[in-house]
Amino acid sequence: MSAPLARVPGGIHASVRHDSAAGHVSGSALYLDDIPNVPGSLEAALVLSPHAHARIKAIDLTAALAAPGVVAAILAKDIPGKNDIGPIRPDEPLLPTDMVEYDGQPVAAIAAGTLDQARAAAKLVRVDYEPLAPVLSLDEAIEREQFVAPPQIMTRGDVDAALKTAAHRLSGEFNCGGQDHFYLEGQIAIATPGEGREMHVFSSTQHPTEIQHGVAHLLGIPFNAVTCEVRRMGGGFGGKESQATMIAGIAAVLAWKTRRPVKLRLPRDDDMRATGKRHPFLIRYEVSFDDGGLIDGLDLMLAANGGNVADHTPAVLTRALCHSDNCYWLPNLRFRGYACKTNIVSNTAFRGYGGPQGMFAIETIIEMIARHLSTSPEAVRERNFYGIGRNDVTPYGMKVEDNIIARVLEELDRNVDLARWREEIVAFNRQSTIIKKGLATMPVKFGISFNRPALNQAGALVHVYTDGSVTLNHGGTEMGQGLFIKVAQVVAEAFQIDIDNIRITATTTAKVPNTSPTAASSGSDLNGMAALNAAERIKARMTDVAAEQFNIPAGEIVFQQNRVYAGNRSMSFAELAALSWEKRVSLSATGYYRTPKIHWDFATNSGRPFYYFTYGAAAAEVAIDTLTGESRVLRAELVQDCGQSLNPAIDLGQIEGAFVQGMGWLTTEELFWDEKGRLRTHGPSTYKIPGSRDAPPVFNARILPDAPNREETVFRSKAVGEPPLMLALSVWLAIRDAISSLSDYRLAAKLDAPATPERVLEAVDEIRARAAGSGSAI
Amino acid sequence: MPIRFRLNGMPRAVEGISPTMTVLDYLRGVERLTGTKEGCAEGDCGACTVALAKPGQNGPEFEAVNSCLMVVPQLDGREVLTIEGLAGRDGTLHPVQHALVEADATQCGFCTPGFAMAMFAFSQEPGGKDDDAIHEALAGNLCRCTGYRPIVDACRKLQPVPAGCLKELPVAGGSMSSGANYCNGGQIFHLPKSVDELAVLRAQFPDAILLGGGTDLGLRVSKEREAFPAVIWTVGVSELKRVSDKDGVLEFGAAVTYSEALPLLEKHFPSFAALVRRIGSRQIRNLGTFAGNLATASPIGDTIPCLMALNAEVKLHTQAGSRWLPVEQFILGYRKTAMAQDEFIAAVRIPLLGKDRIFTAYKLSKRFDQDISTVVAAFSLSVTSGVVRDLRAAFGGMAAQAARAKHVEAALNGQPWSEDSIARIDQAIAQDFQPMSDHRGAAAYRLCAAANLVRRVHAETTSGQPAQVWAL
Ligand SMILES: Cc1cc2nc3c(=O)[nH]c(=O)nc-3n(C[C@H](O)[C@H](O)[C@H](O)COP(=O)(O)OP(=O)(O)OC[C@H]3O[C@@H](n4cnc5c(N)ncnc54)[C@H](O)[C@@H]3O)c2cc1C
Ligand code: FES
Ligand code: FES
Repeated sequence: MSAPLARVPGGIHASVRHDSAAGHVSGSALYLDDIPNVPGSLEAALVLSPHAHARIKAIDLTAALAAPGVVAAILAKDIPGKNDIGPIRPDEPLLPTDMVEYDGQPVAAIAAGTLDQARAAAKLVRVDYEPLAPVLSLDEAIEREQFVAPPQIMTRGDVDAALKTAAHRLSGEFNCGGQDHFYLEGQIAIATPGEGREMHVFSSTQHPTEIQHGVAHLLGIPFNAVTCEVRRMGGGFGGKESQATMIAGIAAVLAWKTRRPVKLRLPRDDDMRATGKRHPFLIRYEVSFDDGGLIDGLDLMLAANGGNVADHTPAVLTRALCHSDNCYWLPNLRFRGYACKTNIVSNTAFRGYGGPQGMFAIETIIEMIARHLSTSPEAVRERNFYGIGRNDVTPYGMKVEDNIIARVLEELDRNVDLARWREEIVAFNRQSTIIKKGLATMPVKFGISFNRPALNQAGALVHVYTDGSVTLNHGGTEMGQGLFIKVAQVVAEAFQIDIDNIRITATTTAKVPNTSPTAASSGSDLNGMAALNAAERIKARMTDVAAEQFNIPAGEIVFQQNRVYAGNRSMSFAELAALSWEKRVSLSATGYYRTPKIHWDFATNSGRPFYYFTYGAAAAEVAIDTLTGESRVLRAELVQDCGQSLNPAIDLGQIEGAFVQGMGWLTTEELFWDEKGRLRTHGPSTYKIPGSRDAPPVFNARILPDAPNREETVFRSKAVGEPPLMLALSVWLAIRDAISSLSDYRLAAKLDAPATPERVLEAVDEIRARAAGSGSAI
Repeated sequence: MPIRFRLNGMPRAVEGISPTMTVLDYLRGVERLTGTKEGCAEGDCGACTVALAKPGQNGPEFEAVNSCLMVVPQLDGREVLTIEGLAGRDGTLHPVQHALVEADATQCGFCTPGFAMAMFAFSQEPGGKDDDAIHEALAGNLCRCTGYRPIVDACRKLQPVPAGCLKELPVAGGSMSSGANYCNGGQIFHLPKSVDELAVLRAQFPDAILLGGGTDLGLRVSKEREAFPAVIWTVGVSELKRVSDKDGVLEFGAAVTYSEALPLLEKHFPSFAALVRRIGSRQIRNLGTFAGNLATASPIGDTIPCLMALNAEVKLHTQAGSRWLPVEQFILGYRKTAMAQDEFIAAVRIPLLGKDRIFTAYKLSKRFDQDISTVVAAFSLSVTSGVVRDLRAAFGGMAAQAARAKHVEAALNGQPWSEDSIARIDQAIAQDFQPMSDHRGAAAYRLCAAANLVRRVHAETTSGQPAQVWAL
């Protein structure tokens, strides 16, 4: 499969604009809340638990039901089917029966004529709770062995022996925080009952099939009675994968009960309180290494704060363990993963899916090794990189066959001259007493494919009409990442027609069944291939028609630039489409794709979970204020491997957006739970994602040139959604570098993420005290 | 009487809706103009941004506002522009929209209409379009997808081109203003036009809510869905819109917005102006007022410590007359003021700085723009022959109310302006304040950072080194 010589505009590898760009800027792109309610529609509101842990003694709906406009209320007992929406383990009730396990958990829902009526009535629901002690800290959960899923382990070599014999040994613990997705469009679903037992659901979801299954289970009806549809989301980032089921499920149960269309749109506070986030992690480590920083043994514990139920936690943890090596060969290791159960909202998928936390762990440890040896993190990394043809097996037994990290780092260095940059930082710090600068680099290797092999399949449906126009449908969902345009480019390329002739239609379970979530960066890899398969099947049939018409062998038919050629004779693509119909040849096909080569053994946490790896590197410069702890990113330089990018403009947007989102996770975005387990940062007034001024003023993102995927992915491209988020760890490491400068780079900062002003100031004072030899922390 | 305004050039006389319906709900629900989005309903995301226009001296003046925080009667007499009015009637994209498309500045697109409107208003303003100005104009808009680089790029190319729907129309003037009040379903919204009318209404309806810009009260409507029975809106009162700069005193009428006050603040108190530029966002400052900030008497109201350090005074007015009260005496406690039931704030006045006086104010927050302060500090002092004179130091975020730091002042007044003197303030500040711990910061951080802000003033007044990361 290679790119043809004469290119069709809008084909692969072209920077084609997002298909909805004009709709976005003119406000005409429709999101679910923009669809007019049909007459008789109801609006819904939730009743949320004010306790992190409590027994429900009684729920009194009398006042709520008597309130103006109210049509129905539902509790757990109103769910006609099975009260469970757990995506991996069956432990998650849609509505609780007798116990609430986090502050913000929905306990009831109201449907009324207007949104204001529903929200007012929700406030009238009287729930009698008996508060119980919540478990809030990871320490406590580990202590009590309170887990949402069994512990996971990955081992190699003899780590205990390695830890005993090496020249240097370090141990300790540190934390990283969670992160709210803060998609700009909050969670929303509209459920409309149809004939008999049918239920149609519009959902802002990354996983229409899971909505279909969830709703069917809740209503006790077969999958074929439920249709889920989504044209676009106003952002997802993992937050609308499993979390959308709760919203759609409640809307569907209310619709079932009232036999009327029901819309549930969460106000931002409810959205942030009731739905899951990125997992906070507690990391404990013991590492041994030689004088040059070569790691011999690493004993690593990753404890993920899973919240009240499993949701995606076991899988997030697996991915975290699978990325705790990042780019390094670790001969002796023991990785333990704990999926801790606590009384906060159940945490879920979020761009990177554990990968960021795993890399956060290893890169912070590498930085500590570097300080211990008074050398640079780069020097330590250099000693530990996976080899080519040797020392190239990951902790989970997969050979790293496509290692190009050295090339990526070279490309970064060529762009920025790191040595000189470093000198400038050191010189600045020498003359500046209050403001200190930091500089750090970050290499990334990220595995592409769902860890669970079954999810790595996709379907598509392509129709060619007799005027030559094409409609394209596939199982992937559009959340802004540009999936639709990329897949359309693939189809345009296959047919050699202008992309304007291809209409991209809403994702629906009625057209392509049994789909996987649009997640794990896999959207275009999977759906692009499935659509290509469908297009090629139609093209083969059309080729035969043309061959017969021109009376030449099929092999000599060429599709090019909206025409079909047989030597010097030709007809337009539309003419051939009409002719094919005349000849009674089908112009519709389904396409299918399954990722080759992958396998995974859940029992041993080993196999080849990833079809390939994608690589990237970043350098970031920050400044910190040693009086207030404020920090600022001054410059970021990124290089990202996208294989042979399907659409460089779209990929660049993913790289920059992911980086800034990752920065937010590590700096300003602090989820704060009070001592009772109540989330205190549940709106943009208190939860601070980066604003335009926070993006680095010097910000250069580059796509690694001439780097086709060595695996046979769609036109040799690589996935891009998640990997660049981890490049933002350069910011985290640069802040640590700036703090470390206060000890003349001899000591490593005692710092947890996010690096808020408060944490940075504390770390500044602590390192100064340590450097002065007094040793006492404030 | 209906509420009169123009929407995308078309006249509107609205009746039969609640006077506390938000402009956002009105646009999306009543007008079915769904391009304007709700991202938060608390004024922080900017997805709901629309532009308001009025005729100005040099052509129409546009300002971006958060439609989620405004109620419909606040549109009285204004020209309202939404994303649907930006493009030409034939659908030709406005250059702002075009610039966003060209820059690949949309991903999920949910934030985009809000950005386009903020950028449109910005494009119409005089003044430079350097990065600092761009960030200031965009501070009220959040994008979770793009990382902002392409949006900022699009801003660099802005030209002041009229909105598509207004190309052939003059911007509506005050001539279509609504009447003295608007009633619906038992709710009443008063639109007094003079201080006397306002004073009468205040006396007559002591329970009516006094509404200024609504950036504080709007949250109760937008988020809590409260329906106030009676509202008296101050912004139509022309006397309260006055600004004066004479006889060594700067005076702002109660309905003067932050944006309107900024040019004079910039002239006399650049550091105060810099802090005001960090109050909320452009959208918030286009509505919010000093009077609202003072009357709220929040411990983290940003202007209060500044006004205290500057020895500013508040003018309280009733039918019987008015009185001036120092801000320090006006703020009595946590959200508690010295204002009587029938009084309202008519103006705020700030004495200009004497020769050699230094005034500087700082705000600490997790994010630079559009964030509520963890600590806010304001200092006014003179240093003569190396000795500190008449230091007035006031802090917010350190106690239940903004307050002077009397021990800090005592520790430094009459002392050499030196590091040795400053070493005393850690203890002094702990005597002044016992701050609380919350999601914005722990008590220990607040104390430590507050003391360090005194060190920052010292550094900035004595050394040439940068002392703030944002000054780099
Ligand atoms: C997104 C957002 C960000 C914000 N950021 C900041 C910030 O950074 N710093 C900060 O300090 N504040 C901030 N605020 C709070 C608010 O904007 C300010 O306090 C503002 O000054 C309030 O003024 P207003 O005119 O909008 O008040 P309104 O909401 O109209 O009124 C607030 C209170 O003042 C009373 N009031 C209004 N006018 C008068 C009058 N003339 N006489 C007597 N009482 C009166 C009202 O009755 C009400 O109790 C923010 C608010 C929002 C929504
Ligand atoms: S909806 Fe977020 S600012 Fe108005
Ligand atoms: S494009 Fe999605 S939030 Fe801005």
